[in-house]
Amino acid sequence: MPSDYLPILILIVLATVFAIIAMALPAVLGPSRKTKAKLEPYESGMVPYTDARRRFPVQYYVIAVLFILFDIEVIFLYPWAVMLRQLRLFGLIEMAVFLGILLVGYVFVWKKGALEW
Amino acid sequence: MQLVLFFVLALLAVAGAVGVVLSKNAVYSALALLLNFAVLAVFYIMLNAQFLGVVQVIVYAGAIVVLFLFVIMLIGGQLAPDALTAGSRRPARVVALIAGLVALAGLAYGLVSGALAPQTGQVQGSGSVQAIGRVLFTDYLLPFELASVLLLVAMIGAVVLARKPTKS
Repeated sequence: MPSDYLPILILIVLATVFAIIAMALPAVLGPSRKTKAKLEPYESGMVPYTDARRRFPVQYYVIAVLFILFDIEVIFLYPWAVMLRQLRLFGLIEMAVFLGILLVGYVFVWKKGALEW
Repeated sequence: MQLVLFFVLALLAVAGAVGVVLSKNAVYSALALLLNFAVLAVFYIMLNAQFLGVVQVIVYAGAIVVLFLFVIMLIGGQLAPDALTAGSRRPARVVALIAGLVALAGLAYGLVSGALAPQTGQVQGSGSVQAIGRVLFTDYLLPFELASVLLLVAMIGAVVLARKPTKS
């Protein structure tokens, strides 16, 4: 039932209100003395050597697509985990076959060196 | 109550969709799309399709938006404004406008003629995770296992597309 999701709505409202307060309070109360060092992306870390908005290596594409594919795998695990008690051993074998086929892909990606730079 | 919630959320969803189109910065477009996807997930839950709502959050709001942001990074975020203002995009815009109007007209016809009217009766609980799990792992076992093959093909395809060009 949709009304079961009321706690999630309350959580969203609380999170939003907290974020607004956390952003508004420093803006109102804090002194604003900007220096060059303070405005750098990493005030006490790496010194930036170029604009961050440049083209990134294409290997990131493989990472993103692999993330989507294993995300979809997790989606299938969700109803399976809910139904596992009724499905018993048969369900376990089903998911083993499913994960086994995906494991072949994972080993392929690994062996091809697509995860290395 | 349900109706008020729907209109508030529909306003948010449309605002997100308009934001996707109007943002000059492609990253802001992707974030507006995230808002739209998140509101759609709530719509699915309101329609008693809880599993679809979870899929919407995890796959679309999670993975697809991440892929969009990665692709924006890959092609370079600062390139987008030039591409938007280029005059050579005019034919594409006209085609997109016509296609959008046709889709809108089709949707309007479906709503007016009643073809898109919601089903009533035997749908109670059909969108729950238990119901989907029950049919997915018994009646639709083969499509489920074939889905893993589809994911495998996509995995291999991504690696082949993005392989290093050093071995020429």
